[in-house]
Amino acid sequence: MALTLSRKKRISSPWGGFFFVLPSIIAVAVFVYGMIGWTLKFSLSNRTNAWSKDNSFAGLKNFTGLLEDPEFTHAFGNLMKFTVVFMFGTLLSGLIMSLLLEKGIRGEGFFRSIYLYPMAISFIAMGTSWRWLMDSARDDKGTGLNHLFHMAHLNFLQNDWYSSEKASMYAMALPAIWQMSGYVMALFLAGFRGIPDDLREAARVDGATEFKIYRHILFPQLKPTFLTVLIILGHISMKVFDLIYGIATKSYVTKVLAIYMWQVIFDFQNYAKGSAIAMVILVIIAVVVIPYLIYVNKTEEMK
Amino acid sequence: MLKKSKLAIVLAAVGALVATTVPASHAATNKQLEIFTWWASGGEAAGLAGMTSEFTKQNPDTPFINASVAGAAGVNAKGVLVSRMAAGNPPDTFQAHAGAELSSYVKAGQVEDLTFLYKQEGWDKVFPAGLIKTLTTNGKIYSVPVNIHRANVLWWNPATAKKVGVKAAPKTIEAMIADMAKAKKAGIDGIALAGNGDWAIAHLFDVVLLGTMGAAKYDGLWKGKTAWTSPEVSKAVDNLGKILSYGNASKSLDWPDAGKLVTGGKALYFIMGDWASSQWQSDGLKLGTDYTWAPAPNSVDKSPVYMWLSDSFTLPKGAVNRDAGIAWLKVCGSLAGQDAFNPKKGSIAVRKDSNPALYDSYLQAAMKEWKVDTLVGSTVHGVNYGNAGMAAYDSAVGKFYTGGGKDKAGLVKALVAAYKANAAA
Repeated sequence: MALTLSRKKRISSPWGGFFFVLPSIIAVAVFVYGMIGWTLKFSLSNRTNAWSKDNSFAGLKNFTGLLEDPEFTHAFGNLMKFTVVFMFGTLLSGLIMSLLLEKGIRGEGFFRSIYLYPMAISFIAMGTSWRWLMDSARDDKGTGLNHLFHMAHLNFLQNDWYSSEKASMYAMALPAIWQMSGYVMALFLAGFRGIPDDLREAARVDGATEFKIYRHILFPQLKPTFLTVLIILGHISMKVFDLIYGIATKSYVTKVLAIYMWQVIFDFQNYAKGSAIAMVILVIIAVVVIPYLIYVNKTEEMK
Repeated sequence: MLKKSKLAIVLAAVGALVATTVPASHAATNKQLEIFTWWASGGEAAGLAGMTSEFTKQNPDTPFINASVAGAAGVNAKGVLVSRMAAGNPPDTFQAHAGAELSSYVKAGQVEDLTFLYKQEGWDKVFPAGLIKTLTTNGKIYSVPVNIHRANVLWWNPATAKKVGVKAAPKTIEAMIADMAKAKKAGIDGIALAGNGDWAIAHLFDVVLLGTMGAAKYDGLWKGKTAWTSPEVSKAVDNLGKILSYGNASKSLDWPDAGKLVTGGKALYFIMGDWASSQWQSDGLKLGTDYTWAPAPNSVDKSPVYMWLSDSFTLPKGAVNRDAGIAWLKVCGSLAGQDAFNPKKGSIAVRKDSNPALYDSYLQAAMKEWKVDTLVGSTVHGVNYGNAGMAAYDSAVGKFYTGGGKDKAGLVKALVAAYKANAAA
């Protein structure tokens, strides 16, 4: 009913479509690009404390200052360590889970929900639980994972988790992997389901082993899914904030760029420097996302 | 599809903006009080409720709106507050630690001078002179303190002390470290540490600095009169390293959980502000039998030192209900207001004429000492440094703690940087 109505009243003017998307264009222009421009302006200004209204142009001073700030380089290093472990771990576990479900085993819906469930938990509740799980006390004083290892007589596995000096970010990646791998599984599962069964059957008829089918038939077709997953995980990782704040608040040991930015803006009230950090985060994300957008546009044009 | 969902998000965001700005414009009637505080649970909330009912008694026609944002030491609340102040949409009054924490608001011209209120209400006579001196910047006072907490308190469980063989509270830092060694031999942690978020370790460092160099030099640190590169600071850093080595292995505790190690007999000492006492009492523990206290050890000063911190309220410039804000501040400074708030919050009144009979035995002792002790400020709780200095100070100590207390030169360097960050901000 609704469909026929809309067809009858369809606006024929070429401007109709434009007006339809206009609110969205305005909103994006103001709230996304306008705000980026605003942040960029601040990052190039002298507004380095709460009371000065000195918006004069400072050049790249705020950015070069970041390079000499040990806290910034610490947060940057932390973010890179986190990203590598998080992306690799999530990709791998998501892929394995989707391989397990892909054949259409019994109770697939049940397992799918279980794997996806961590995504539905609030960051703060999750942070509190993982803080307990990853507590650094050991042996009979231990709680959480260390306690489990102790009970299982695997004492050598006990460690400081996210409060260890060197390995903090690798531990911090665990809850992130736990949370996101279900989502990655869903993406891969959709990818697998998008491949027609005829291809597998044809391969089987030709005498290909199951491994060969995956290696030469299925995985090559999943390439776009891989790319999508990498981009999604990459940008989630670069701007990670709530997960880490939920577990360790502003602790030095797990500080990443987004937390440091928040601290510089709201605690230090150094708006110029905070905006500079925000721009750095944006550029890192852009480096990951823009080539992807170009690739997608090209493949769509080819179609 | 994508665009539609984006539009929906934007519309939702706009809706949220409208929803949040409506009360503010509606409030231009001068007929309500919007207060911004991070007292949201436990004794803090109970104390606030006591003060609120006092306010409502005096101002029955002014609705009270609490824009409370919960969070330990107000870390979340501060973020929200900073944005609202910067956006020119301040609450009618907000909570802040008394002292340098207010400096950025003062320099930005965002809070009003309250000297007139001090004269009018006679607070300049009933608040201790030393405190008024600390609160005064260039002859002006910008906030009304409602309570005094003590930061340098040593807590322990008498049963644990007996088991370990500690007979009396340690008077010096060295004696305290010796006691911790005894505890370690007995298989108990020497000190309970709350590592989550760095601030409680920085709080411990405040107390160690004071105990190692004495009140006069400690006070000079924040004013540029004692050098951060001086041998006393290195000695304090050494002491901190030793103390941390006797701490619990768990580095992720919040202070209430660390406190439970002490009351539960798993750790000997705990250095924490006196809010620990009210927390334990609400858990049903008894002062004197389940836990006890002494002033934190001090190796230098002959007379006792009181490291204080204070919660206070301000009058933001451009607040819509200025009269309601002033009425609130009057309650904050009044005898009835302070005696309604403090016994529940577990702190003492700022006023010298407060009624001791309303307070428990710890607080009564604290009231006596508050009047006679040498006063120094707590850095972690806003007295000595502004927001920028505080964040850098916490971070410096947090880094040292995570590194296992080894990088002493690095800590001194970071402390110098924190001093500079504070001066620059």
